[in-house]
Amino acid sequence: MPTDWRSAAKPVPRGPEPGGVGAVYRVFGETLRGLKTTFGRVVEGPVTIEYPEEKTPVYPRFRGRHKLHRFEDTGLEKCVGCSLCAAACPAKCIRVVAAENTPDHQVSAGERYAAVYEINMTRCIFCGYCEVACPFDAITMGNDYELSDYHRSDLIFTKEMLLADPPEHTPLRREGE
Amino acid sequence: MPDEAVWVMILKSIVIFIVFLQIVPIILLGERKILGRFQSRIGPNRVGWRGALQPAADVLKLLSKEAFTPATAVPWMMAIAPVISVVTAVATMAIIPFGPVGAWGGDWGLFGMDVSIGILYFFAFGSLAFYGTMLGGWSSGSKYSFLGAMRAAAQLISYEVALGLSLLGVVMTAGSMSLVDIVDAQDSMWFILPQFVGFCIFMVAGFAETARAPFDLPEGDAEIVGGYNTEFGGMRFGSFFMAEYMEVLVISAIAATCFLGGWHGPGPIALAPLWMLIKILLGAFFFMWVRASLPRLRYDQLMSFGWKVLLPLATLNVLVTAIVLVVT
Repeated sequence: MPTDWRSAAKPVPRGPEPGGVGAVYRVFGETLRGLKTTFGRVVEGPVTIEYPEEKTPVYPRFRGRHKLHRFEDTGLEKCVGCSLCAAACPAKCIRVVAAENTPDHQVSAGERYAAVYEINMTRCIFCGYCEVACPFDAITMGNDYELSDYHRSDLIFTKEMLLADPPEHTPLRREGE
Repeated sequence: MPDEAVWVMILKSIVIFIVFLQIVPIILLGERKILGRFQSRIGPNRVGWRGALQPAADVLKLLSKEAFTPATAVPWMMAIAPVISVVTAVATMAIIPFGPVGAWGGDWGLFGMDVSIGILYFFAFGSLAFYGTMLGGWSSGSKYSFLGAMRAAAQLISYEVALGLSLLGVVMTAGSMSLVDIVDAQDSMWFILPQFVGFCIFMVAGFAETARAPFDLPEGDAEIVGGYNTEFGGMRFGSFFMAEYMEVLVISAIAATCFLGGWHGPGPIALAPLWMLIKILLGAFFFMWVRASLPRLRYDQLMSFGWKVLLPLATLNVLVTAIVLVVT
């Protein structure tokens, strides 16, 4: 390197040397400044969100608990049991077992439907690849983040649970808010 | 000092003891709430109405805990150490004047007793209070407790001198060591104005005396676990804790008496205890404010600050006061 870094270096602005009579005066002033800073927090008021009573609103694109969808007009499931979501899942938490639709047992709009559709929430990493992989927009990521439970087995969400409306809705906030 | 009936004195002792025992939980809750506000949070609000029963829950928890004694400890010393701390703190309360003689009728004053050596009495019990800390730390038989006790001892020696000298200006101006006389002398002007430097020194040294932030090195929970109270559990720890808050009240009360005009305030003289209480609680609030603001000092900073700054400043303050008093 042609540049002499020693001469190129700029002096760092430093405070006065510690100690001495001036330091006593400075310490007094800095102490008052510290007291003022903390008192400003009292004036501002607390920023606490008392969680179980009030929930942090999430953005619409927040990736939470999955949802399976039906067609609104016919009520048929959108999922055709193609297992693309399971193939895309990096955590291997989706299990799909497909079955054939019959004329007297029409579950989905396609030829086949998902007889078993399970998502293991203990393994899901909420990456949203399943949503991207789905050719029929049958699975989307919802907004709910309260997914804790007492038993791991209760966290394997079945098709009925994913099709049903979530028991509680998480408050939403607008983009940019 | 008028001779008071024995039953009046007994009654007064009981009232003082009860009142101060009741203020401690209020201060305890107040500190946690106020510290919360200073840190942009709410503080305890789960137990009772807005956390009003939090101190009761704390004490119940402490009462149900085991009073554990380590194998290396001296058990009887560990048992009496918290008692010394509490007793000395309460004993100092006896001399705090809450109102003059006859404020609430009768020929008795609103104070435990009017001792002619009031300030000395306060220093005597302030020094004795450190025996609780030191005995507790030493008798625990643990290195962290021992370190905490040694720090407490060194801190006491360093700051007691400045504390004494800071009050000397007040004593000289009032011409008496009795706290009642000192308050009487502040009828026209509170001593915080002529003795502002003394007030500042007293407050700083008072923080060191009570071993509270930023001078809480004897506890120093980040460095030496819990300092002198590391090995104490249950209500023994609770007693140390209570004594700490009582000492905060004592220092606030002495500051209010010697610098903030004691019971003086607008309104009839019957309101005297109210003004005194307000001033004490303001002092306690200041203690919490400082605790929320300032970081703990390093040990050598503590020592050099005590000896190189506070002591010369206090001496200078006394000298100037003496010269002013002689000249005028």
